[in-house]
Amino acid sequence: MIKVAGRPESLQSKQFHYCPGCTHGIIHRLVAEVMDELGIREESIGVAPVGCSVLAYEYFNCDMHEAAHGRAPAVATGIKRVHPDKVVFTYQGDGDLASIGTAEIVHAAGRSEKITTIFVNNAIYGMTGGQMAPTTLIGQKATTSPYGRSVEAQGYPLKVSEMLATLTGAAYIARVSVHDPQHIRKAKAAIKKAFEYQIAGKGFTLVEVLSTCPTNWGLTPIEALKWLEENMLPYYPLGEYKTPEEVK
Amino acid sequence: MPKVVFDEDRCKGCELCTTVCPKNIVVMSKKINAKGYHPATVDEMDKCIGCAFCANICPDTVIEVFKEEKK
Repeated sequence: MIKVAGRPESLQSKQFHYCPGCTHGIIHRLVAEVMDELGIREESIGVAPVGCSVLAYEYFNCDMHEAAHGRAPAVATGIKRVHPDKVVFTYQGDGDLASIGTAEIVHAAGRSEKITTIFVNNAIYGMTGGQMAPTTLIGQKATTSPYGRSVEAQGYPLKVSEMLATLTGAAYIARVSVHDPQHIRKAKAAIKKAFEYQIAGKGFTLVEVLSTCPTNWGLTPIEALKWLEENMLPYYPLGEYKTPEEVK
Repeated sequence: MPKVVFDEDRCKGCELCTTVCPKNIVVMSKKINAKGYHPATVDEMDKCIGCAFCANICPDTVIEVFKEEKK
């Protein structure tokens, strides 16, 4: 008998603290599986964010570093410049990357830092109790938009992948989802590409992963995946927004 | 024959694995695990085709899938 699925070596055996059905666990596993397949676990340094995944350093079985809120790309820049031979990645949520850390991510991409960012977008602030995030959809209810986000009061949600793909320094930008097994496979392929392009020294790479927050969306985990598919996919279309072939 | 192993005490009972099984054999157990959830389990293991969809969508790495080696 051979094992065809299970916990990858790059993931610690510690149990996740995430809520039942939270797709952070799937995304952690995909990143770990990619590290295993590329054989880079011993060469990798990850930077954990602030948010639900603040304890990511306890889950990944590689060297990890914690950053101040939103500053993971800045910390990763320092690590990569001191250790250019290492594989450096950041793991950030939408409150971390698209709100307080907007400047850091834009300039890291602009400088074409050779790091990989895994950007988990669940359209809400999870850890602090379901407040509206820059990525919250129009009409979506949150504790700070109890009647639903309105264009007049809060404007439009940020499309981070599209925005970063306009920068010359960005080498690979893709948006993927994890709402069914088929898309989980595609998500893993995109994360693998991002790491491979970083190793090849192509420049800044980012994979945006659409994720769920059953607790703060007020849905069961199964309903949450359906909600993602029906509401988030039309506003956040999946696909590769930039690939290194475009880099001249 | 393929085999699925559930680390039941890790399971948080989110039921995502029950929605993706093409044979509909992943069900929630009646018993309660150490965390206080009904863990996912498979009663009719002989129907398993080893597709690993359940392990693929499991957020808590509860599930391991084993297959015969191809000769």
